[in-house]
Amino acid sequence: MNKRSAKSSLLFTGSDWNFDMLSRVYDAIEEVAIDDLGLDVYPNQVEVISSEQMLDAYASIGMPLMYRHWSFGKHFVHEELLYRKGRRGLAYELVINSNPCITYLMEENTMAMQALVTAHASFGHNHFFKNNYLFQQWTDAGSILNYMEFAKGYISRCEEIYGIAAVEAILDSAHAIMDQGVFRYRRPPRLSSEKERQRIRERLEYEERSYSDLWRTVPQKQDGTEQQVAERELRERKKSLKLPEENLLYFLEKNSLILEPWQREILRIVRVVAQYFYPQRQTKVMNEGCATFVHYTIMNTLFDRGQITEGALLEILASHANVVFQPDFDDPRFSSINPYALGFAMMQDIERICVNPTAEDRDWFPDIAGNGDWRGTLRNAWADHRDESFVLQFLSPALMRKMRFFMLDDQAGENFYRVGAIHDERGYQRVRAALAHTFDLSANQPDIQVVDVDLLGDRRLRLQHTIQSGSLLAEQTRDATLRHIRRLWGYEVSLAGVDADSGKLLYETSIEEA
Amino acid sequence: MPNFIDRRLNPRDKSLGNRQRFLKRVREELKRTINDQIRSGKIVDTDKDHVVPIPSAGTAEPTFRHAQSTGHKQHVLPGNKEFRTGDRLPRPQGGGEGSGKGAATGGGESEDDFRFVLTREEVLDLFFEDLELPDLIKMNLKEASTFKPRRAGFAITGSPTNINVGRTMRNSYGRRIALKRPKAQEIEAIAREIAALEADPEPTAEIRKRIILLQLTQKTMERRRKLIPYVDPVDIRFNRFEPQPIPSANAVMFCLMDVSGSMGEREKDLAKRFFVLLHLFLKRRYKRTDIVFIRHTHEAHEVDEETFFYSTQSGGTIVSTALEEMRKIIHERYPSNEWNIYAAQASDGDNSSDDSGNCVYLLDREIMKLCQYYAYVEIIDERESDIFRMTDNGTSLWKAYRQVSERWTNFQMTRIARPSDIYPVFHKLFAKHHDQAKGG
Repeated sequence: MNKRSAKSSLLFTGSDWNFDMLSRVYDAIEEVAIDDLGLDVYPNQVEVISSEQMLDAYASIGMPLMYRHWSFGKHFVHEELLYRKGRRGLAYELVINSNPCITYLMEENTMAMQALVTAHASFGHNHFFKNNYLFQQWTDAGSILNYMEFAKGYISRCEEIYGIAAVEAILDSAHAIMDQGVFRYRRPPRLSSEKERQRIRERLEYEERSYSDLWRTVPQKQDGTEQQVAERELRERKKSLKLPEENLLYFLEKNSLILEPWQREILRIVRVVAQYFYPQRQTKVMNEGCATFVHYTIMNTLFDRGQITEGALLEILASHANVVFQPDFDDPRFSSINPYALGFAMMQDIERICVNPTAEDRDWFPDIAGNGDWRGTLRNAWADHRDESFVLQFLSPALMRKMRFFMLDDQAGENFYRVGAIHDERGYQRVRAALAHTFDLSANQPDIQVVDVDLLGDRRLRLQHTIQSGSLLAEQTRDATLRHIRRLWGYEVSLAGVDADSGKLLYETSIEEA
Repeated sequence: MPNFIDRRLNPRDKSLGNRQRFLKRVREELKRTINDQIRSGKIVDTDKDHVVPIPSAGTAEPTFRHAQSTGHKQHVLPGNKEFRTGDRLPRPQGGGEGSGKGAATGGGESEDDFRFVLTREEVLDLFFEDLELPDLIKMNLKEASTFKPRRAGFAITGSPTNINVGRTMRNSYGRRIALKRPKAQEIEAIAREIAALEADPEPTAEIRKRIILLQLTQKTMERRRKLIPYVDPVDIRFNRFEPQPIPSANAVMFCLMDVSGSMGEREKDLAKRFFVLLHLFLKRRYKRTDIVFIRHTHEAHEVDEETFFYSTQSGGTIVSTALEEMRKIIHERYPSNEWNIYAAQASDGDNSSDDSGNCVYLLDREIMKLCQYYAYVEIIDERESDIFRMTDNGTSLWKAYRQVSERWTNFQMTRIARPSDIYPVFHKLFAKHHDQAKGG
């Protein structure tokens, strides 16, 4: 009898899986996740797919619905090649920030892997998507799939009406400034595909109704000295166009002089996609760390409760170890800091600080050290931070020593690097600040804004690149990208590089012909 | 409880459309690559998947990026071993300079620098872009040697394996309704009623009468059931198959080439490209395609591909020997009622003075009757191409073949001077002949 009950508490034994097992394991994981860890998740939708479908999903930047564009085809042949050559394994799962939260499981996974992946994606990532402030503020999990369906349909209708080449040209140009197509400081309006359609209709109707050639011929009032007039005009112009504007796609959508309504709509779609992914790019360490920490904790709990076998746990741990492997900087396998490794290590460290702090931890983290509630502390961290602030807040000296972090100063023009700081008493703060800075997306992406445009004069669009710590733009891609902007704007486009500290003009370039 | 969905049976190749768009975008560049590969490869290799480098033009996705070699940056790295604050490390070679070209950072830089596989279909699409296949397959059904059964309605006779159950049961059901075959339940109902009545210990006269009546009905019904079978032989229907003749699906391609001294590398290369095209062309259309290589000087031999293209032989030029050899091989191995025979001849037009008449005779008398299509390609000097392009004047062989082409619509001849001529010429040879399908 005793033996029987021990045996029946196991959720699965072999490596084969079926849907019954998946659902049994899901329920067990859910119990741990909700009752023990206190996670709060969107309803889950788990979809089983084949490896080809996984490759397909990769190519369309992970969205289940995506409009068509050649660049996705290019990424697809690239991914496919790496996979076929065995140079890169496929991810075990893919998860989509939507409500319900969609998780893709690969059919090739063993049952142990399916359990790991369910815990990782359906609970770890899912909790993060639902609770992190960036996602809450900037994405609409509930409507993104509807919106993408609308976008896909809209773009394919445009292709039918205006031809694939015309649509592709607009998409090419829009993709070029996708990184500059997000609102960083104010929240975009919520999406609704029905409202979208309504808005398009209204926009079209309005443009048709309000067109009058007469406005062009009305003479303008002139007074004051030329200087004053010019200045006042500039002020008014900037005010009416809400300049400076950081979101180039938004500005072009609203103010471009040559775009047709449907082209503006396509810009808008690209902008919405860019905005949707913006939080994910800022929370890679936290998101992966959270998911990894969650699967690690849940799997160990299941093992402690006797619900999975030692063999399954070993398989899970082997795969876990691969995921959080961080090679040293001088290792040939090193490419950059592994977000899984850093995130997981930091979260384990937080758990340690909460439960078992040292004197040093009490100095550095007086508010959480020894509070015993690591679950609550982690949940708060997951909710309130992005990578930059998370590292700045929670990277402990102990972990810096463990990972043996050091900071290199790289000054262009010198033929050496200087070791700026290492994991010692003098260096902790600086290493931590520097590491946090590398995760700050707005510091790593060129800051390019629209500063002026003279709609009544030469119609030149003036962009300004604020140069942070002397980093210029790569010229070849800069000019190619400017040509794309020129295409969307319709008239001359100029870009001025201004140093952020001194305010000096470092370069100026302009594109007159697309 | 989550919502589990099995998507494995969903259509694959969701990105096929994107892949096709990508290929279309880089069409020109891919076409050039494929042409180069086909030119240097073997004929049979042409018809396979090709690995091609990713074209650079038209696929760049520029964005604003920081140049790697400018500015002041701070990198944080794991795994410090012996460094102390203030140490200087030599900048790795190549790191500073290589990245100055505006390459993408990190893993992105390899994206534009990889090779990928084009499938056979994609290669052929690029190759035959807008070329219509001529309708030259032998459609003469008497010559067809194989038959394939094709569904053709229903029959009342046939073998038991071909019984169409659905149709049979439908007929049976209809007949049973029409003849009012009593159902088992009805008989049972009556039997039950009788039993119930008989259970009465003191039956009245009325009940007894009723019982007798019911027993009679029951008997009639049982007899009816026996007389009207559930499935009657008249219900049975069989699937009917009709043998459908399949046009012979084999093709043989004869490559005839003059290999005497006057055919240099350039001439052979042009000839080869033409043969490659023709072979691919046929292979797309036929299940099985054989190639026979016949080279000739003053005598002709059947040789393998390697020898055909790469070894030289000295001697005079007698074209009719090759035609004779071809005729012989057709008789020995490729009976014309089983094979679609195509021939392509490449030559620089030289022939010994009295032989052209022989060629015409051989072609007229025999070969043209056997052949589906005969293409003669004369490879001429680039300088001559302008002079000859518009005129019928030419070598003795050209003039002689001219007569043949007037008599036979499936004989085509043309001149090629440079590789760029081959596509248009090929196009011309094949695109114009859909009104000449044979066997009508």
